[in-house]
Amino acid sequence: MINVIREPLIFEISSPGKSGVRLPALDVPERLEAVEGLSLREDIEGFPEVSETEITRHFTRLSQMNYCVDFGFYPLGSCTMKYNPKLNEKIAGMSSLVGVHPLAPEKLAQGNLELMKILENLLCEITGMDAVSLQPAAGAHGELTGMMLIRAYHQAHGNPRKYVLIPDSAHGTNPSSAHICGYVVKEIKSNDRGTISLEDLAREMTEEVAALMVTNPNTLGVFESDICQIAEIVHARGGFVYMDGANLNALAGVTRPGDMKVDVLHLNLHKTFSTPHGGGGPGSGPVAVKKILEPYLPVPVIEEKDGQYYLNYNRPQSIGRVKSFYGQFQVMLKALAYILALGPAGLREMTETAVLNSNYIRKSLEGIYHLKYDSPTLHECVFSDKFQKDFGVSNLDISKRLLDYGLHPPTMSFPLIVHGALMIEPTETESRRDLDLFIEAMKAIDREARENPELLRTAPHITYVRRLDEVQAARNPVLRWEGK
Amino acid sequence: MYPDNLYYTKDHEWLRLEGEEAVVGITDFAQKQLGDIIYVDLPQPGKVLEAHQAIGSVESVKSVSDVYSPISGEVVAVNSDLAQTPDLINKDPHGQGWIVRLKIKDKAELNQLMKASDYEKYLEGLEH
Amino acid sequence: MSYIPISDRDKKEMLERCGVKSVEDLFCCIPESIRLKGLLNLPGPLSEPEILEYFEERGKKNSFDRYLSFLGGGAYDHFIPAVVDYLSSRGEFVSPYTPYQPEVSQGTLQVIFEFQTLICQLTGLDIANASLYDGATGAAEAVLMANRIKNKKRLLVASNVHPEYRQVIYTYTRNLGLEVVEIPYDRLGRVDQKGLESALNSHTSVLLCQSPNYFGVVEDLKTLGELTHKHDALLAVVISEPLSLGLLEAPGKLGADIVTGEAQSFGLPLSYGGPYLGFMACKKEFVRQLPGRIAGQTVDAEGRRGFVLTLSTREQHIRREKATSNICTNQAHCALRATIYLETLGRQGLKKMAWLNLQKAAYALDRLTSIPGVSRKFGGPVFNEFVLEFPSDWERIKQKLEEKGILGGLSLGNDYQGLERCALVTITEKHSREKIDRYAEVLREVLK
Repeated sequence: MINVIREPLIFEISSPGKSGVRLPALDVPERLEAVEGLSLREDIEGFPEVSETEITRHFTRLSQMNYCVDFGFYPLGSCTMKYNPKLNEKIAGMSSLVGVHPLAPEKLAQGNLELMKILENLLCEITGMDAVSLQPAAGAHGELTGMMLIRAYHQAHGNPRKYVLIPDSAHGTNPSSAHICGYVVKEIKSNDRGTISLEDLAREMTEEVAALMVTNPNTLGVFESDICQIAEIVHARGGFVYMDGANLNALAGVTRPGDMKVDVLHLNLHKTFSTPHGGGGPGSGPVAVKKILEPYLPVPVIEEKDGQYYLNYNRPQSIGRVKSFYGQFQVMLKALAYILALGPAGLREMTETAVLNSNYIRKSLEGIYHLKYDSPTLHECVFSDKFQKDFGVSNLDISKRLLDYGLHPPTMSFPLIVHGALMIEPTETESRRDLDLFIEAMKAIDREARENPELLRTAPHITYVRRLDEVQAARNPVLRWEGK
Repeated sequence: MYPDNLYYTKDHEWLRLEGEEAVVGITDFAQKQLGDIIYVDLPQPGKVLEAHQAIGSVESVKSVSDVYSPISGEVVAVNSDLAQTPDLINKDPHGQGWIVRLKIKDKAELNQLMKASDYEKYLEGLEH
Repeated sequence: MSYIPISDRDKKEMLERCGVKSVEDLFCCIPESIRLKGLLNLPGPLSEPEILEYFEERGKKNSFDRYLSFLGGGAYDHFIPAVVDYLSSRGEFVSPYTPYQPEVSQGTLQVIFEFQTLICQLTGLDIANASLYDGATGAAEAVLMANRIKNKKRLLVASNVHPEYRQVIYTYTRNLGLEVVEIPYDRLGRVDQKGLESALNSHTSVLLCQSPNYFGVVEDLKTLGELTHKHDALLAVVISEPLSLGLLEAPGKLGADIVTGEAQSFGLPLSYGGPYLGFMACKKEFVRQLPGRIAGQTVDAEGRRGFVLTLSTREQHIRREKATSNICTNQAHCALRATIYLETLGRQGLKKMAWLNLQKAAYALDRLTSIPGVSRKFGGPVFNEFVLEFPSDWERIKQKLEEKGILGGLSLGNDYQGLERCALVTITEKHSREKIDRYAEVLREVLK
């Protein structure tokens, strides 16, 4: 990264008369009367005017201010920052696939429909579920869709019910999705192992509870070993088990949510299935369900008859649409290519390596950083800043110092049940060398915390910008360029 | 450290009695826990609150805390200075950083609240 | 496995450090009864050339590209400058996460800030967010947002809003005890003002309309805003063809309180419907009710300008069930493409692009309606889409056109009673005069 050049906003390098592209001349007779009845704008005030050269330099320089997976270790817990195979980008650019209009007659889009159906089937096999909708745009959207399916079922059986149970270790999207679905959230406290206690669950699980939302392994990386008993308790009261599949990278090829009696789950294709995060999206959040919830899936559903694929909109019990068209098609293509490249043994190896890498880090840093829960962990582990706090150093300081070592920090301050959390998920992407680089950096930072805490409290030192004033940003929001 | 003329709650609000009215804010402990306050969500004057009902909320960069009414009553005024300078709560939590003024419904409810010495003991308990 | 860089030797040593004999032992927390005994029944592993062939073969089964298409309706085939593909495919843009560590994410953050500014400039509103999933979810989020502001539980939605957007609104609002009322359209194809006036009452939180609407007709936003505001309700506008903003007055200047929409037109391929790009802008006073991420400007420890994600207390990771929306992952990379696209076209380019669309659509409308039996259904002014009425059922005409290699337009009969003889025809700058003439000739033949 080149930190010397300070790149202005595009608006600040704009000057009148420039454009980055030459457009063709109008090849039909101009009809000035075509604008009759329209309110036209005089100008697009402040809109930039730059040449193609300037565009290219601007975005190349901006890109160089970003840390990314292609550059190095990116151990954000719960985010599964794995390598994005380049082949998949090429496939997602094939014009024969992505040049198709979504409302084209189905018979002109048979290839696309077939690919989507294949992906649905493979995701069913991987999860042990009966049916999949690819429509949701991201994980949170999948959660919302899944909860809507549950609500639709209960509604069809006379009572939508009132509550949804969610462990205190869950992602914020869980309670938020349940709320938008019209449910009241009841939080379940984690026990001293960091998991759901069967006694607490049995007490809270009444016939007013629509579902339990469970992340497995949970956000501590701990597998809910009692998952089958948990499901039995929930099912006995007529509720459903919703599983947040954000952490499927710990399970794929080893065990299946469907076999754990889970009724509905969402997948994050941008996590487990390697599609790039793109600086925050797009993702893709397919929802997988057991037979009992299938009638409620969003429309349209892809079906096949006599070798022809078609979109079925005639599904009277469906919750309706959750998105325009059929979902994030390009993302689906990348995920499918990934599954094909791995094959069944490769998928298992992916999971095993992700879990091995995480445990390797855990073993290497145990004792140096505090581990609140000593339960075995799978694909991620959650340390805290408890030891370093004695020297006045927080998880934020540790994270910022990692940036000086050329490494991306772990997820901070989550899950909420671990104070000062540092949540590390290495994924199978990292080589031994990169894992060791991180481990050595974390050890060095611990030493620095004891010897020179100020160095950490003022970190980072060598990045494009230093620590940013988030208080000022929020107190006096400047959310757009306002001109000079 | 905590003024004797105030009443306190377990949720870290304080209350100052002024005749039939009560001035309410959050304690020094609460503001320290939150860190730099960036926004205060204030109720409309005229709103009638039960004791323990949320008055509004106080936000820092990365957290939101509901503020609960220590006592039942009707909101007669809000501290409109907080809209521009929410950090008054950080600078002077028990004074200029007050949040609302209530017309008290039932003074007997004051018995439910803690005195300064009890609140300080309560805080010591939380440290462990 | 080429994506896994751990060798057998690494693995052995790492297992030793972990104090276990085999990888299996690391999974001891998963009960034996639910562990898979063998491998999953999946295809592969395939090699790189095999995977390419796999997708190429499926591509050949799509015959769409052999047709001359006049389909639009929320997904538009526009020209994309080469720099958009080139710059957006840089790994530094493709492979980072959400910019939670601003010191090493200034690229992504500055792009979001520029994107927000461009959306504000186009919509004429004060603030914009970093993106939403698409136009349909944007429309749903807009009515929910308006209802949080007004809290009156009655939502008016124009019936000429994209049918799929309306369906998503129904899905989102169904469980929340909200009343959704559809407003009819008039002979111009616009929101029926009488219908609107009779539906507006003191319980109404919002009117959501689309402009240009699903019939391609540009709404009279000024009047709609006045009527809506008279009843202390908000005007929310959804836009599925934002290229129109290159020419049309900014909705924010005509009275819109919230503008949302679909920005696929700005540098995103058709992609069989996704990923697309939802956007949302609003007046400053509603900032705390705006869903989604927002980037803001600040300074670093040395006083230099920098950008951060801000006002996060609105969001699910902090406010959990009380958040303004459950959205987390958004469409950041699509917003990057739109930013490059808009900045490349620039002030003059966007106006010219919009002008090409409008003029070519006007030419096509003239040509097609000069054919006996073909008429313009709605009299309202249009941008690059319009509804034609035919002498007989459109489905049969559509079939005949298809046999001659033309996708002549989208059917409306399924969504609108009484429009069985009508089609929505879309023209973009990619339709040369020759292509439009060909459509006219074939249509004339088919109708003979």
